[in-house]
Amino acid sequence: MLRRTLLALAASAATLAMLPAAGLAQDEVLKIGASAPKTGPLGGGGATSHWPNIQLWVNDVNERGGIKVGDKQLKVELIEYDDKTSAEEAIKNIQRLATVDNVDFIVTPYSTGLNVATAPLIARYGYPHITTSAITDGVEEFAERWPNSFWMLGTSRELAVGAAETLTRLRDAGHIGNKVALVHVADAFGLELAGAGKPALEEAGFEIVYEASYPFGTQDVAPIISQAKAAAPDAFVGFSYPGDTFALTEQAQIQGLDVGAFYVGVGASFPAYAGRFGAAANGVLGAGGTNPDDATIQEYRARHKEVTGAEPDYWASAVTYSGLQVLEQAIEQAGTKDRAAVIEAIKTGTFDTVMGPIKFENNVNRSLWTVGQWKDGVFHGVAANGIDGAIEPVRKEGWE
Amino acid sequence: MEILVTGILLSGTYALIALGLTLQYGVARIMNLANGETLVAGCFVAFWLYASFAISPIYGLLIIAPAAFALNWAIYRFALRPLVNRAKNRGMLEVDSILATFGLLFLLQGLMLLSFGGEYFSYTFLAERFVLFGSAYGLNRVVAFAAAVVIALALYLFLYHTRHGTAVRAVAADPTSANLVAIDVARTAAFAFALGGALTACGGALLSTFYTFNASMGVVFTMKALIIVIMGGVGDIRGAVLAALILGVAETAVASLIDPGLTLAATYTLFILVLLFRPQGIFGRQTT
Repeated sequence: MLRRTLLALAASAATLAMLPAAGLAQDEVLKIGASAPKTGPLGGGGATSHWPNIQLWVNDVNERGGIKVGDKQLKVELIEYDDKTSAEEAIKNIQRLATVDNVDFIVTPYSTGLNVATAPLIARYGYPHITTSAITDGVEEFAERWPNSFWMLGTSRELAVGAAETLTRLRDAGHIGNKVALVHVADAFGLELAGAGKPALEEAGFEIVYEASYPFGTQDVAPIISQAKAAAPDAFVGFSYPGDTFALTEQAQIQGLDVGAFYVGVGASFPAYAGRFGAAANGVLGAGGTNPDDATIQEYRARHKEVTGAEPDYWASAVTYSGLQVLEQAIEQAGTKDRAAVIEAIKTGTFDTVMGPIKFENNVNRSLWTVGQWKDGVFHGVAANGIDGAIEPVRKEGWE
Repeated sequence: MEILVTGILLSGTYALIALGLTLQYGVARIMNLANGETLVAGCFVAFWLYASFAISPIYGLLIIAPAAFALNWAIYRFALRPLVNRAKNRGMLEVDSILATFGLLFLLQGLMLLSFGGEYFSYTFLAERFVLFGSAYGLNRVVAFAAAVVIALALYLFLYHTRHGTAVRAVAADPTSANLVAIDVARTAAFAFALGGALTACGGALLSTFYTFNASMGVVFTMKALIIVIMGGVGDIRGAVLAALILGVAETAVASLIDPGLTLAATYTLFILVLLFRPQGIFGRQTT
């Protein structure tokens, strides 16, 4: 008898031990799904601007005790997948998150292409889709087609026009002349930017003395810089991606491209850029920008460094974090996990984010930075729409 | 003149990318799809040595080359030898090795992602001006080119003027006959594979001084290496160097004179022309 009891006890102890801890606790959590590139061509960008912010946000929310949904405080559980920078993979991931993992909400994928590719599916499942790294002239059309989608990083047009306006300000201040060399990467991003930037520059009275495009992934840009140099421009504008942004800058430095304004695209706002070029980065203009003097941004940057171990970039990082804050506050304002109610809350609400108050006009955010400039290891915003704190751009003085 | 020099410097880069693969594919008969990952691993180790221990990438080669040699020897010995033994003919070995190295690609990539993360890496080394014929070039590219020349020459002397090198070439030409004249084919193939891996890693270390790289970039280099190896003729060092030279100069000329957007088109046009008129490659021998 005693033996049988012991045996039963042992058996139940063993069964209990095998049960996963979560099964016993069974606390209700808010399941958040994320799919973005960890590998593939955009793995580098994702690892700099996207993933660390998700990590930081989940950490911050759970440290606060969770998100308030109605009268419950729910901790966040993150389910993350690598989409390998492939649209097919991204779509499979979203499908899995929606149907197998049954997540409550989905974090935006990374990059314009992957966001647009997954938008129809996210719309079909009815999740709010707050994009923070998609930049295209199609945002208004997309926002109309998928009413659940919100676009926080603006349009290519705004970015390119910001660059043209910055050059105009430099010219009007007498820092540079009228001649511009314009190059761009030959993919949708570069084409859209050049398509908007070239007419904007010409309208402002600039003369394009050299224009060229190069294939995605090119890092051997010596001929481009030497041809640009031969055209003797006063300003250089490159709508580029990280790899070529670094390569163009290095070649400009080596060949001594003597321009009063040097603008490069994605990657210019990465901390690695200043790390790589040091003092030579001083005066370089680039896509993005923040207000590093703003206390909220400073606190955000410090926390990002502390929690993820990496510095955030000076552009999409803060936007990505803000997008997650919008989601969090919209859930709290709606007071429910119901997706339609949360979408409605995003549409109508105003949100307090690290980038300041954010409000959507027809699902598009109109408050953003367009151009920044390196100054002593910090990338200061010099042009923005609807945000204060931009400083006056200065002339680029040599490469030493 | 400037176009020519820039083109020749670029060809040095390409030669570094492709020399290792031509040995691995030509002699060991392993179509190594993880070639690019080996190269990127070289980039990372060079970066790590430079950033953590302030060891210049040039001296770093002294560490990277033996380490890569040993590692690739082990990979061949434990992962690829069984495939070689079981393959009934060359075609079967090629298919098997492509599948195996495809897996190796993901393994290496995953390890690099795990240890370094997915961000872009870049550091400053010899990014100084080097003036040649009145135009400025990056000193790091000149150094990489010089290293490519030294490596290619050393490899040439070794393959064509030493006993061991002749054995390697014999295996490349015909493994069965090589076996008949008392060459240890298995050993020679392992040696060639390891040497190829070491060369690729060295190429990566040199490339890292002027390329911005991340853990997922390997496939870009594998593609380039494949084109060069096939253009030059499988297993022929001279062919790989010549193909690298042609591609480097052609790309630079097209980028400077016509449009930088057409460099890829130029590469593939040349590739198609070679395949059309000399399918065995510039220096390749006719298959009987």
